[in-house]
Amino acid sequence: MATLSSTVTVNDPAAKGPKTGDGPGGTQPPVLGGGGGDRGGNGFPDYGQRLRRTRLGLLVGLIASTMVFVSFTSVYVMRRGLPTLDDRTGGYVHDWLQVSLPTGLLLVNTLLLVLSSITVELARRQITRQAALAPLQSIPGVSIGRERNYPWLGATLVLGLGFLTGQWMAWRELAGRGFYLATSPSSSMVYLLTATHAIHLAGGLLVLLYAGATGLLHRAVEGRRIVVDVTAWYWHFMAFVWIYVFALLEFVR
Amino acid sequence: MVAQDAHDPHGNNVHVHAAPTGFIRKYIFSLDHKVIGLQYYFLALSAVFVGMFLSLLMRIHMIWPTAVLPLVGEIKPETYLSLLTMHGTIMVFFVLTTAPQGGFGNYFLPIQIGAPDMAFPVLNMLSFWTTFIAFMVILAAFFVTGGAPLHGWTGYAPLSALPSAGPGEQLGADLWIASIAIFCVASLMGALNFITTVLDLRAKGMTMMRMPLTVWSWFVTAILGLLAFGVLLSAGILLLLDRNLGTSFYVPLVVVNGQIMGHKGGSPLLWQHLFWFFGHPEVYIAILPGMGVASQLLSTFSRKPIFGYKAMVYAIMGIGFLGFMVWGHHMFMSGMSPYSAFAFSIMTMAIGVPSAIKTFNWLGTIRGGRVRFQTPMLYAVGFVSLFVSGGLSGPFLAQPVLDIPLHDTAFVVGHFHLIMGVAAIFGMFGGTYYWFPKMFGRMMNERWGRIHFFLTLAGTYAIFMPMHYLGMAAQPRRYSQFTELAYLQPLIPLNRFMTYAAFVTIGAQFIFVINLFWSMFKGPKANDNPWQATTLEWTTATPPPHDNFGGRTPVVNHGPYEYSVPGAPKDYVMQTDPATVTAH
Repeated sequence: MATLSSTVTVNDPAAKGPKTGDGPGGTQPPVLGGGGGDRGGNGFPDYGQRLRRTRLGLLVGLIASTMVFVSFTSVYVMRRGLPTLDDRTGGYVHDWLQVSLPTGLLLVNTLLLVLSSITVELARRQITRQAALAPLQSIPGVSIGRERNYPWLGATLVLGLGFLTGQWMAWRELAGRGFYLATSPSSSMVYLLTATHAIHLAGGLLVLLYAGATGLLHRAVEGRRIVVDVTAWYWHFMAFVWIYVFALLEFVR
Repeated sequence: MVAQDAHDPHGNNVHVHAAPTGFIRKYIFSLDHKVIGLQYYFLALSAVFVGMFLSLLMRIHMIWPTAVLPLVGEIKPETYLSLLTMHGTIMVFFVLTTAPQGGFGNYFLPIQIGAPDMAFPVLNMLSFWTTFIAFMVILAAFFVTGGAPLHGWTGYAPLSALPSAGPGEQLGADLWIASIAIFCVASLMGALNFITTVLDLRAKGMTMMRMPLTVWSWFVTAILGLLAFGVLLSAGILLLLDRNLGTSFYVPLVVVNGQIMGHKGGSPLLWQHLFWFFGHPEVYIAILPGMGVASQLLSTFSRKPIFGYKAMVYAIMGIGFLGFMVWGHHMFMSGMSPYSAFAFSIMTMAIGVPSAIKTFNWLGTIRGGRVRFQTPMLYAVGFVSLFVSGGLSGPFLAQPVLDIPLHDTAFVVGHFHLIMGVAAIFGMFGGTYYWFPKMFGRMMNERWGRIHFFLTLAGTYAIFMPMHYLGMAAQPRRYSQFTELAYLQPLIPLNRFMTYAAFVTIGAQFIFVINLFWSMFKGPKANDNPWQATTLEWTTATPPPHDNFGGRTPVVNHGPYEYSVPGAPKDYVMQTDPATVTAH
């Protein structure tokens, strides 16, 4: 990207699209031959390309997921402000009936999820390093010192399960205080938002479980790396969504 | 814009999955986008016949309300509403959304950008089979206690939210909602795949501004689907909760048959907002691929470059963007604030601008061309005709003051059938006649194609044009029976004429189906480029090999519509021709 000469060439129209050298709209055939040099030359299928494509797919998928949470948020805001006809008095009342959240428990859950976000990031970096070294290890006679491999993936699984268990306890706590799904619009929204988030997170958990299982089976590290990398980004996003949901439920009353 | 920067020069050597050999992996659970495209196509073809049959029953019932019909018996008012609901739902979701995007898009998008397959083939297979399950679930609604739901394809609450509201609103309505939710998931998976494929798998030299307009329309359609279907899914989940778990998102305090329901304080308007936030973009999901096909065909068969390629691209984007700003124009009747109605009205009329740009450019493309009136071209011209006829009533309905009297009349039915229903169907017919030789290696019968075209064009106009007139004469829509109303007596002969036209038009569709299957086996063999077209699908074998280009990776040197280029040896320059052909 930013080369030393970039300030010199920036006004040159031919310097557009410097990464690919693929000048748009020109009649010359694009000069692309080499294909990035460091890719595809190591005898493996092009994992770098697959990784980028899967990350792009994830990004697009997260937009769809965001739309679900956006819809629920707009329902939350609209339903909260809605006056409703009271059949006894004939006047308009607000029937929101705010849930009292088990805030302490939810804070502990938040801590668990943030910690899991850190461990999954460490797992992602570890497997990235392993994948980068894998081609070297396959060369006969080359030996690189064994790195310490920490079980970050396992730690993430435990913390993720801990979070889901904590959410379950929070629901039990709510039920104990008399707030069920249909008790009030507020309690409906609490269950709806937390359950939607929990389902998303459980999906991520299943994928991590799959990655761990293929790791135990000694499958190629590059394929596993793609799974772990993409799930890690997904996991970060879900941690962010949880903080958003928690803030919405806690502060928008 | 993501355009140029996202372009990927390394996009061609995708994952290589070997050609499958067994029947099941080859034709049933295939990962090949071409097979999946055909699966979508034939699913939609089955669905369109179900939908068409339902519409015929409705038209018969309208003029002979007491007739006892074979298979269905006498049509009671609630049966009529079920027919209406299922006709709308099946046509919108399983035909207009499935065939243009899932069918043609799946088959031709990867080939037209020079990719060996979609970005995620397994996801592609999953999205087809999820759509298939959704179709089975909605068909099941016919066969449960109480029958199919009554709430229309828009599923307005509280009717759709109360199982006690009518015979079809019990299990039938649950199945309806479940089917829509499953369909949403399938469409989201499809949209994800389409967007990633366009951004990441284009061949060398295939810049965004060299993509055929078909690819542009599929791409923008996928973006619309990605943003819209999540909202419908959320809305559907809330509806299921209201129906089955006693929440009150949509249902206020209601009394049904003297009995107070348990709900309180919900808002039916909430459903309308969420539904139409999906519902209006859905209109463009149905029609944009048709626009892409029309552009492709008009350019090819006029032997001229498309008039104003860039304007066409920006118009597609403009329509897609504005499509998210106008959902409120479906709700003028809901008692919304006149200020909101005014804003929605202005935004709606603004859509006229990109639509007019497209129409103008289509006409500009034909003008002065050496036009070849083969069947695909006839359908492209028919598309433009229907788009104009259906579009002109749009600005009427966009104004609250006109929409309020016209809303619950046949005028609206005529409007959306012409522009969304029939125009999109014409896009599919055009696409079928155009791409059939590439898909099956044979040509369709030209003479029967023309007969099919003229019968369908005349027939659909004969059915839907009079609806505008009927609407202005205040013939209500959704009424199961109106033959007794005194003020409608002079209109009964016209209604009868429309039903006869429906018989003829539906009969003409059998010509198409027979032509389709007959030509698959008996049609004359097609060469690789029978229409002398320029885009990448015509550079490869017919039908295309498993990896689309037989081990080659195409390099693109030209725009998609270089016809009649001065100095070129032929009257068309293919996208993969050497760059020097057009030394200008």
